[in-house]
Amino acid sequence: MKSNEPDRPTPDLVRGLLQPRLSRRSALQVGGLGALASALAACGVSGGGGNNAAPTNASQSKSQSKAAQSFWDQQKKTGHLDFANWPLYIDVNPKNKNDHPSIDLFEKQTGIHVNYQEVIQENDSFFGKIQPELSAGQSTGYDLMVITNGLYLDKLKALGYLIALDQKRMTNFYKYASPLVKNPSYDPGNRFTMAWQSGITGIGYDPKRVGHKITSWADLQDPKLKGKIGMFGDTQDMPNSALLAIGVKPETSTVADWKKAVTWLKKQQPLVRKYYDQNYIDPLSKGDIWVSMAWSGDIYQANASGANLKFVVPKEGGVLWTDNMCIPKYAKHPLDALTYMDFVYQPKIAAMLAEYINYITPVSSAQQAIKQDAQKAKGSDKADLQLLATSPLIFPSRSDFGRLHRYRVLTASEESVWNGLFEPIYQS
Amino acid sequence: MTRRRLRGRLTPYWLALPGWLWLLIFFVIPTLVMLSLSTQSGSIETGFRQTFDVANYSQTWSQFHVQFIRSIVYGLIATVLCLTIGYPVAYWIAFRGGARKSSLLFLILLPFFVSFVIRTQSWNFILADNGLLLTPLKSGHLVPQDFHILATSTAVVGGLAYNFLPFMILPVYVALERIDPALLEASADLYASRTAAFLRVVFPLSLPGVFAGVLLTFVPAASDYVNASILGGAKTTMIGNIIQTEYFTNLEYNKAAALSFILMAALLIGVFAYARALGTEDVFEVAAG
Repeated sequence: MKSNEPDRPTPDLVRGLLQPRLSRRSALQVGGLGALASALAACGVSGGGGNNAAPTNASQSKSQSKAAQSFWDQQKKTGHLDFANWPLYIDVNPKNKNDHPSIDLFEKQTGIHVNYQEVIQENDSFFGKIQPELSAGQSTGYDLMVITNGLYLDKLKALGYLIALDQKRMTNFYKYASPLVKNPSYDPGNRFTMAWQSGITGIGYDPKRVGHKITSWADLQDPKLKGKIGMFGDTQDMPNSALLAIGVKPETSTVADWKKAVTWLKKQQPLVRKYYDQNYIDPLSKGDIWVSMAWSGDIYQANASGANLKFVVPKEGGVLWTDNMCIPKYAKHPLDALTYMDFVYQPKIAAMLAEYINYITPVSSAQQAIKQDAQKAKGSDKADLQLLATSPLIFPSRSDFGRLHRYRVLTASEESVWNGLFEPIYQS
Repeated sequence: MTRRRLRGRLTPYWLALPGWLWLLIFFVIPTLVMLSLSTQSGSIETGFRQTFDVANYSQTWSQFHVQFIRSIVYGLIATVLCLTIGYPVAYWIAFRGGARKSSLLFLILLPFFVSFVIRTQSWNFILADNGLLLTPLKSGHLVPQDFHILATSTAVVGGLAYNFLPFMILPVYVALERIDPALLEASADLYASRTAAFLRVVFPLSLPGVFAGVLLTFVPAASDYVNASILGGAKTTMIGNIIQTEYFTNLEYNKAAALSFILMAALLIGVFAYARALGTEDVFEVAAG
């Protein structure tokens, strides 16, 4: 009897099955499989706790950058690159899912062979996977990985697990990167990271069921929507959004602000149907919930596969998060990795990627390239590309940009206060 | 004692050696590591150091006792549901299944060929507010328009009972199947009514199966986290979900380990008390077989 254990998946697998970052075209393909498939395809990144900035002072960072320079001077191109990324987070050849045109182009131009692996299901599980190797002083087997800003990126930095980048070899980045991802608060001076894609946390809703326009976080406290409201159950997006709701900038918020945000969340609690880990999109499309905290790319994808949802950056502001390319310590082919990181900042390459990934591209001039592609394209592809090039979810408007904020960066001691305040909201 | 006899006596131990090694490497050592971790203090950045600090236990208990008790209660209700639904099914297959017994058992196991997550997720579609079940009920005005099942404890307990039902049916079936039909004839010959025969002959003989079934259902149900996360709502968090968050999201390995041991202790104490109360000494043998 005892051998009949349930075929229960690990938490990582659960998350893997319920992951975001599904490219638009793949979303269209699976859309045909019906509700179950789209439920599994929907969803988003579940956040972690707070943040810890690495302690730095001027002299320390100077000697560090010197060490970094001598490290890079010794590096040579090896012709090989092990790239760890999230599933369905890159362009694909429509005829062969395992073929990525942008990588083919990179291989042709540089002679570097890319071993592209879709092994990151979630920041926390991936961190858990590489942390023992890094702490034992061993290579993770990856030269390049994509990590979301926030808890785990901060931990990787604080533990010294990332290789500082050679700023001299980031020419495309400094030429084309949009201001959104240059010198970000979580990585001043882009010492360790370059953005892969970004997304916005705001409000998604079904306009038909709600019956009126949603414009503010306060709408998530409307008693008329009782039992139809979804929130994220995490210590990142939820607390930072609550801070915006009470009119506080998360980046500079204080413990007193956090307590006010908790009061706001507690007041809202009886109206909330569920604090979602990840799969809020499916209940939102089916009408189990009418309005929810949401990620911009998810709403775009849901609409691309037939839903009729709306995404708003609330008037009090939304949260901007970024997935970042970075090089783990003990990487065997760091120069090849850095070459690739800078390569994707060419507008043409960025456009190739953006046409398949529905998040915010780090190269704003990619919009122009997509428009040109749209002019050349025919039939449904043309419509798809035009929709993409004009979508405010992929290329947010100026006024939206102005209202975007970053996660609060937390020190270790702040983090335990923060978690102690916000965790009980969703762990009830 | 001759060498040959000695070797003969040792043979079973040698044969069992791979099994013992397996248990040692994959059960005993990890358990000890976790036990040690549960009394350490520190964080992922500073590293965890052994301080024999039992505060992890008291802290996590005071923080999460609500979810603990909720998990035990959910587990108990799900187990009772499984027993009430599963026993008649097992009885029917054992005594009325005839030549189709094995096909019927196969049907019980059939859902297991589909992943646990997918099976649970499919209830999301059946029970949705505007789904297969509620849409007709609502349009017939049999339930209020804002009635919902998902995101309630009913949905979570129902999911638990659904997912663990076969673990109740199979051991009960095995116990019932062993009963010699001649015993039933004998009780009829001794003027026992069918009810009396069931209560005084069949049911007591099936108790070891019931015991095994209750264990196999209750223990995984109380520590489950999938049902609560897929079918649950704002107030249905179970202890499995908390352990998962503490471990994978907050990276508080020591607290997660302490929580796991509290859960393990609670379940073990419950199981032994239950074995005592049932009064069968060899229940574990039966459960294992």
